[in-house]
Amino acid sequence: MNVVVRVRGLVKEHGQGQSRVRAVDAVDLEVPQGQTLAVMGPSGCGKSTLLHLLGGLERPTDGEVWLAGRRVDTLTERALARLRRRSIGFVFQAFHLVEELSAAENVELPALLAGCSRREARRRAGDLLERVGLTARARHLPSELSGGQRQRVAIARALVNEPLVVLADEPTGNLDTAATLDVLRIFEDLRAEGQTLVIVTHDERVAASADRLVSMRDGMFVDDTRLAGTGTGWLGGLIGLEG
Amino acid sequence: MQDAVLAMLAKEPSHGYGLRARLRQSLGPLGESMNPGQIYVTLARLEKAGLVVSERAHGLPERPERKVYALTPAGQERVAAWLIEVDWPKPDLAEFHLKLVAAAATRLADPVELVAAQRRELLRRLREAQHALLAEPAGSPAALLLEGIVLRLQADLRWLAACEQAWSKVDREAEDA
Repeated sequence: MNVVVRVRGLVKEHGQGQSRVRAVDAVDLEVPQGQTLAVMGPSGCGKSTLLHLLGGLERPTDGEVWLAGRRVDTLTERALARLRRRSIGFVFQAFHLVEELSAAENVELPALLAGCSRREARRRAGDLLERVGLTARARHLPSELSGGQRQRVAIARALVNEPLVVLADEPTGNLDTAATLDVLRIFEDLRAEGQTLVIVTHDERVAASADRLVSMRDGMFVDDTRLAGTGTGWLGGLIGLEG
Repeated sequence: MQDAVLAMLAKEPSHGYGLRARLRQSLGPLGESMNPGQIYVTLARLEKAGLVVSERAHGLPERPERKVYALTPAGQERVAAWLIEVDWPKPDLAEFHLKLVAAAATRLADPVELVAAQRRELLRRLREAQHALLAEPAGSPAALLLEGIVLRLQADLRWLAACEQAWSKVDREAEDA
């Protein structure tokens, strides 16, 4: 079993002196290759901070973060930025697209920053926009797209450098039911292809679609539930003709 | 489910297997475990009650699957009444709620643990329903039914989250006291 994300004794404290708070409190975690992990918990439980620590957007107060066998929390700022660009795909609740660039250009950008040729970046963006069903919208600006379409562009962008892991922070938080289903379908396809995913979410539907769900409270894991391969055949038993 | 079978005959008389195919189409994965025998048992009961009549297809041996079923006038009336009847499945949360109250009062079980176990079970059910929904073509009748099941499970899970918070608070207050 290849472990993509490994975390040991992870601690993150915010603030100083009396007002010091432990957002993440001695967390251990291993995410094997190909697993979709969902993290749930009430607001302020530390789940977004955890995601930022995994993605090198914040540095831990204590503990270790490993990505595909490489320790990342001790990297220089420059090396960390490079790692984020090449090996991690981020998806945010508010999409964070560049408003002045078209859908296709938004997807191409991280590939160009990682040193791809223009031609290669364009090819990858074309393929990915097709996968998320947005070929016809490739030339549109984000402002001309619906929320669901913008999030699909953001997912395509997250995938453009074939990341080791995709980290998603409330990816359906701003979406309606139909757009949520579109995103879940894409995640389902990604899982089938062996993509490793870590999703922080409030949405029970997103959480239930993961292979594994950890629940956080006050910076700690309070539950770790395996959901994959536990089919109960419950649906088929719902309806009887009798009665 | 008797009423639903009856209502399907309101459009036109049908063989048992035709009814079964239509039920399965409307129910999707929920209709998968319905065995062929069940529909004939239901039809036989409806016939006994005078709500349907059957006619054997000409020149074929006497077997239930050869019969064509049609509504009687009494059957028609029952369908009309059923369609406009206002009825809704009960949200049966009182028993679980009382279980938590009893667990806390007797200290025989930890309510927070009971909630967590129930939550895991509902998440697995939600996963199954969600999976089935993603596999259905968008806009199919079965997809609409599955969407309803998903939304109810989601509502139940939100209620469990509220239970978890409330009973954890009771726990903490008991510890502090």
